[in-house]
Amino acid sequence: MKIHKYDTVIVGAGGAGMRAAIESTKRSRTAVLTKLYPTRSHTGAAQGGMAAALANVEEDNWEWHTFDTIKGGDYLVDQDAAEILAKEAIDSVLDLEKMGLPFNRTPDGTIDQRRFGGHSRNHGEAPVRRSCYASDRTGHMILQTLYQNCVKEGVEFFNEFYVLDLLLQDVDGVQKSAGVVAYELATGEIHVFQAKSIIFASGGTGKFFKVTSNAHTLTGDGQAAAYRRGLPLEDMEFFQFHPTGIWRMGILLTEGARGEGGILRNKDGERFMEKYAPVMKDLASRDVVSRSIYTEIREGRGCGPEGDHVYLDLTHLPPEQLDAKLPDITEFARTYLGIEPYTDPIPIQPTAHYAMGGIPTNVKGEVLRDNTTVVPGLYAAGEVACVSVHGANRLGTNSLLDINVFGKRAGIAAAEYSHSNDFVELPENPASLVQEQVERLRNSTGTERVAALRLELQETMDANVMVFRTEQTIKAAVAKIAELRERYLNVSIQDKGKRFNTDLLEAVELGNLLDLAEVMAVSALARKESRGGHYREDFPTRDDVNFMRHTMAYREVAADGTESIRLDYKPVVQTRYQPMERKY
Amino acid sequence: MATPTLDKAEKSGKGAPEPGFADSPYIKVTFRIRRFNPEVSEDAQWQDFELEIDPKERVLDALHKIKWDQDGTLTFRRSCAHGICGSDAMRINGKNRLACKTLIKDINPHKPITVEAIKGLTVLKDLIVDMDPFFQAYRDVMPFLITKGNEPTRERLQSAEDRERFDDTTKCILCAACTSSCPVFWNDGQYFGPAAIVNAHRFIFDSRDEGGEQRLEILNDKDGVWRCRTTFNCTDACPRGIEVTKAIQEVKRALITRRY
Repeated sequence: MKIHKYDTVIVGAGGAGMRAAIESTKRSRTAVLTKLYPTRSHTGAAQGGMAAALANVEEDNWEWHTFDTIKGGDYLVDQDAAEILAKEAIDSVLDLEKMGLPFNRTPDGTIDQRRFGGHSRNHGEAPVRRSCYASDRTGHMILQTLYQNCVKEGVEFFNEFYVLDLLLQDVDGVQKSAGVVAYELATGEIHVFQAKSIIFASGGTGKFFKVTSNAHTLTGDGQAAAYRRGLPLEDMEFFQFHPTGIWRMGILLTEGARGEGGILRNKDGERFMEKYAPVMKDLASRDVVSRSIYTEIREGRGCGPEGDHVYLDLTHLPPEQLDAKLPDITEFARTYLGIEPYTDPIPIQPTAHYAMGGIPTNVKGEVLRDNTTVVPGLYAAGEVACVSVHGANRLGTNSLLDINVFGKRAGIAAAEYSHSNDFVELPENPASLVQEQVERLRNSTGTERVAALRLELQETMDANVMVFRTEQTIKAAVAKIAELRERYLNVSIQDKGKRFNTDLLEAVELGNLLDLAEVMAVSALARKESRGGHYREDFPTRDDVNFMRHTMAYREVAADGTESIRLDYKPVVQTRYQPMERKY
Repeated sequence: MATPTLDKAEKSGKGAPEPGFADSPYIKVTFRIRRFNPEVSEDAQWQDFELEIDPKERVLDALHKIKWDQDGTLTFRRSCAHGICGSDAMRINGKNRLACKTLIKDINPHKPITVEAIKGLTVLKDLIVDMDPFFQAYRDVMPFLITKGNEPTRERLQSAEDRERFDDTTKCILCAACTSSCPVFWNDGQYFGPAAIVNAHRFIFDSRDEGGEQRLEILNDKDGVWRCRTTFNCTDACPRGIEVTKAIQEVKRALITRRY
């Protein structure tokens, strides 16, 4: 076991982690621990753009953006946070441009902008061009630009270091962050990083679904570590299903395709979104479009022999426009489906995409241990966190924005905290939990296989807690997850070595997914209403009287060692926008 | 009943082949994989795995099936699984490709498909190589925007035409498929290699950048662009379709003319 000491430790090197690192490295001695090489992070898969009311191509302002974000989130958004997001969006985009990001340009040479789902002019009048973009690879450009600037600033990375535990210590009755424990993939060695401040920026948890746009590595590692140490997880029942994933594979096809004029059609060739969202049509918010697609499918208007998908039609757009604005996604259709998007529509279905919930933070990125109390020295930003700027449903282009705005804020706040605070003493045997976990998995002779359990988990999640949910389906998921958690105790791996043991890693990741799937299902069961991405067929309307509140899920361990989930609730911050019925 | 996918799963019954396409036949494919694990043996060796698989699936899907169903010790890097993150460059039937962007049907599945680690970088275990020298070469070309003077209040202006000038090289995902296909790099690991030059190109030809001279001097070095023998392996290998050799030629020309 090796012990390292840094002022600031950042866990994760995607957009939020690297944006934080650029700030904190300038101000404090910083280490970034990442289970992937930084440029492998899934920020790079984001396509369509980053929202900011630059008003480069038409009238726009941050107040409209704030409103759209709150309405998009079905009023579960904390309105003070949404206002910060929309206001700071403008500088965030300009920061990236100055760092070198090659945005597409207008004829005047300014940053070009395009339409995106849920972003509107003057509180819903018509779609507005607010998404700043770089072809259909905006996330790739952001990830590359941030990495380039990390190289420039000399950010210290520990690549392929997998953080497995968070160390919290009681100091005079206040629980403070002390460090993290990481597993070095190349050697199997365990490292303890003592730090004055820690930022979790480890991304999402989409891999508990089968049809997902998420990378294999998005297994909720940060959320699970925090949760196991007694910190709450907020609004985990809210998961976004992106309307246009490649049929059966889940690979993302950007909403920018509809922003450029693409149309969703059912088997009769009908532009069905006109029925569900007369004003915004194909550019309604993602939850609305995903539900509409499944409604078409369930009512027998799906495409293909099994009627299980619909079409994204780009055939009316000029090939030059597709080549210039959507080159990557058209190539995906050619590579993976053998389809030519110039002439043929692309089969799509909703794909599990984004966790609106996560580790609760305030607008400085400080992690909350209950509704109001911060954990001194602990921060979170990006998809792992819940500020909450996305509420019950995130708008497209607001996540690339979120990682930049709150990544930067967390980076500055964490570094400044490290200036005025000392190291917290490490607990005795700081790595004991991780050592025990790793040894147990390595030495287990159980009969259960990781891949089989993971597939069963993904199938039950797809079947029971996806776009449509009922008490019956959620209960089925809860029961199945409990069974899988029991069987997980009997899981064994074949690779017993120390060197690059990805077999072991997958087993650890499955444990994280199981914990988080359970929190998600239990949170969803208790929310007896429909709001944003959480749609209950048995409670099909929004219930502001009983459920205008954030879910806070805590792990409880009884004296006899039995675990359970305790649900509590946190008020939504409302400033100037009263909840209204959501229409697109 | 929740989502429509449940109905379908029930109809087709448990144990039905998935994922894949209902109408496509599964075929038997042999994967011949170059194994190396110094914890077990100092020698690398080929190992055959047979599996039933839909030929429309990716080589990465096949590697996962082997790892998950047959041999958990098989080790490789992967993440996004659709050609964006650059984790899974490997040598498949003798050619550098991304395993997640290569469909089995496109590489003649009727003969054994060979899979081995990319060349020129030290193999650490099975298909995993040491990427540090590769990223060091990248860092050495100063891959970031260099500007002088005060920053503008708003964005720097750039015409659409100037933006287009370096568009091709912004697509690089640092997968190392190009560099590890280059015969010069195989013989001399000191050579910067195509990927680093591509990333230098991306800034040299960016109208906003003012560090071109510095980067050109770095690439004028004995380990720089002049080592390139124009074999086009790099262009063939690039999973992003970047015209790598052309980019290297443009850097060479810029070194001679000092115009870029």
